[in-house]
Amino acid sequence: MEWLQQLVNGISIGSIYALIALGYTMVYGIIKLINFAHGDVFMIGAFIGFWAISRWDMGFIPALLLAMVICAVLGVIIERVAYKRLRNSTRIAALITAIGVSLLIENLMIFFRGAQSAVYPPTIENKTIDVFGAQINSLSLLILAVSIGLMILLQFIVHKTKIGKAMRAVSHDAEAAKLMGINVDNTISATFAIGSALAGAAGVIFGLYYTRIDPLMGIVPGIKAFIAAVLGGIGSIPGAMVGGMLLGVVETFVSAMGFSSWRDAAAFLILIIILIFKPSGLFGKNTREKV
Amino acid sequence: MKKSKVFWAYVAIAIIVYAVVQFSMSSGMIGSYYSNMLIIMCVNIILAVSLHLIIGITGQFSIGHAGFMAVGAYISAIVTMKLDLPFIVAIVAAGVVALFAGLLIGIPTLRLRGDYLAIATLGFAEIIRIVIVNIDYVGGAAGMTVSRQTTWTYAFFAMVITIIVIANYTKSRHGRACIAIREDEIAADAMGINTTYYKVVAFAIGAFFAGVAGAIFSHQLFFIQPTSFGFLKSFDILIYVVLGGLGSLSGSVLAAVLLTIVSTYLAEFPETRMIIYSLVLILVMLYRPTGLLGTKEITQFFKFGKKGGKNV
Amino acid sequence: MTNLLLNVEQLGIQFGGLKAVQNVDMQLFEGELIGLIGPNGAGKTTTFNMLTGVYAPTTGSITFQNEKISGLDPYKVTQKGISRTFQNIRLFKELTVLENVEVANHSLATHGIIASILRLPSFFKGEQKMEDESLAFLKIFGLDTYKDEFAKNLPYGMQRRLEIARALAANPRLLLLDEPAAGMNPQETHELMELIAFIRKEFNLTILLIEHDMNLVMGICERIYVLDHGQLIADGTPEEIRSNPKVIEAYLGEEVVE
Repeated sequence: MEWLQQLVNGISIGSIYALIALGYTMVYGIIKLINFAHGDVFMIGAFIGFWAISRWDMGFIPALLLAMVICAVLGVIIERVAYKRLRNSTRIAALITAIGVSLLIENLMIFFRGAQSAVYPPTIENKTIDVFGAQINSLSLLILAVSIGLMILLQFIVHKTKIGKAMRAVSHDAEAAKLMGINVDNTISATFAIGSALAGAAGVIFGLYYTRIDPLMGIVPGIKAFIAAVLGGIGSIPGAMVGGMLLGVVETFVSAMGFSSWRDAAAFLILIIILIFKPSGLFGKNTREKV
Repeated sequence: MKKSKVFWAYVAIAIIVYAVVQFSMSSGMIGSYYSNMLIIMCVNIILAVSLHLIIGITGQFSIGHAGFMAVGAYISAIVTMKLDLPFIVAIVAAGVVALFAGLLIGIPTLRLRGDYLAIATLGFAEIIRIVIVNIDYVGGAAGMTVSRQTTWTYAFFAMVITIIVIANYTKSRHGRACIAIREDEIAADAMGINTTYYKVVAFAIGAFFAGVAGAIFSHQLFFIQPTSFGFLKSFDILIYVVLGGLGSLSGSVLAAVLLTIVSTYLAEFPETRMIIYSLVLILVMLYRPTGLLGTKEITQFFKFGKKGGKNV
Repeated sequence: MTNLLLNVEQLGIQFGGLKAVQNVDMQLFEGELIGLIGPNGAGKTTTFNMLTGVYAPTTGSITFQNEKISGLDPYKVTQKGISRTFQNIRLFKELTVLENVEVANHSLATHGIIASILRLPSFFKGEQKMEDESLAFLKIFGLDTYKDEFAKNLPYGMQRRLEIARALAANPRLLLLDEPAAGMNPQETHELMELIAFIRKEFNLTILLIEHDMNLVMGICERIYVLDHGQLIADGTPEEIRSNPKVIEAYLGEEVVE
């Protein structure tokens, strides 16, 4: 039953990737920008959660919500200050700016609080549950439950609300959406807010699960989440979810087989193979340049 | 006729700069702090100019240049430390192996465009780093000790050769083909240019010199570690090219010179340095996306000016 | 005059479920000046893109000088002797006018990368040859006085001319022009048409011309193919096309709008 345990572990870490990947994929879908700073929003979320729980004595759920709200605001600020002006410039200029924003957030954090790591206080009792002979810890299940809850909420927002409809319209054709009276600027900001809130939630969950957090913690999960988004088909919301889970499972099995130092290489290899052979990913659409 | 006069003028300037610095170093007028800075400056110029060929001239966004530098650093270290061969052999070997790494990575990935290519090269650079971490022969994550063999002479002439090769390549039918690809890949293809070939060539030449830079760098540092070649290093190199002006060789040289000085003075405060770097990157992209010099060369600004960087 | 240069058989392409072009048959003989017309969205540019290798056709074949070229990469098609211009001008904006033409002249010289880096004599000879040849093309198009201007700084009409000069420098047997007169005034259009007639004679070219303006095509083309909804609906001399009821029907809506 070892494998079942690994599978649950993989899906748990994968659901963290998936939550971050959703922000990547939504932003890419709407303004074709690889938002490199997204992993750092995740980091900020983890710290907000940490401060909320350890300093302000909040419970898990209030801390989670607080982190989500603050990250949403941060996401909108980043978009308004740095990315808005770049809508009509090249995608590469936007990518470089995003890298700049990412470095800026990391180093401001180090500048103001130092590079040392912090340890999450134990907030939730971690029990091991015996399922069909597999030892599964309750924290993994909680992570899974929260992630799935948020994803269902996201599906609801995207498909059943007015702002969701506007987001889909803008990602399909921003010009036409504008002509139809949709406020494109607000829609893009809303996309950043929702994506950043999810990343903030992922940060808190990550902190609970791995306990150790630091200002550079966003880099690797951020890139992994991006890989997950590409794997699922960038721009596709279900793709990001499946891609995240899949990547988590693959990584967990690579580690379980005794190749843990190659775990990151496996993720990058998946990225490159997908980019070269099926750049549209598992759920994405093919696009071709107009001649 | 006039062109060759300008060329010899540059050669004369280069020799004078070399001789003045060499004399100052050997007479002790420049201490080890500044001579170290000057050598690292040469390394950074080589990195900047080699990436300039890939990004500025050919328009292929590689953000994994440090990967090739890592290959060069480790290969050269193996050649001198494990095989006990001369440093010059190590430099050449570093370039050649990095060139093959460039071919290996370039051939599959250069079919990708824009940000997808950028991410793929970043991924490959990380894979190179992880592979090195997992090789015990070169010390794995702990790193490897390298004896200091780099001198001002090696660093300076490697830099001059890099600039000459890349400038000459750019000003030929091959370089024009590369610029055509940058400007409009579909039109270049339609004019009979084998775009894949030229992208791979630019990538391979760029990788070769990144490897050379790695060799000079590792033999200046006493000690190398895989973490020195992570994507933060790649971003450093990217900043030189972007800040200097995409498409401007002297611009990338100038940016490498300026930022080497800035980071030498801020060596004690790495996060301040990175805050400045990232702000510069963001502000340049927002307010002057073409960089300091755009696609122009510094000589186009001052008719009788000197070639940027060489006289610093 | 009667040598078959380009033979297109049952050419078709599908994007997803959409059959953009289907069952196109075309024969171009050496020295001909042929028009390809049709309403917006009829598949004219798509056909060009298949002829030049930008798109790989899903059905049918293209034979050029008795050699199958369908499925080749664009640069190989160009090297075989087909070059083109683009409807939405695609010059190398940050290269000079002269350099734009030199890019297309690429295969004229043979000096390699090493020779260029070391500045060997073959480099100077090769580059000189490219420059001379390119200047000769610029002269024909009246662009030689602008040779050191960046392409992006040329006025619109000149840019269109430069595109043709550049296509010509790739040394084609068959030249494909995609709406060369788009956006030009009647005077410029007239001059351009004379120029096209001239280069055709001078370089012994075969030319396939996409044009929206029916009258213009009627004036200079010997034969015309008409595409509508991705299919050939007629081919023949201008007189035959003018009186073809299918063509009139296809164009009627368009004419009223314009």
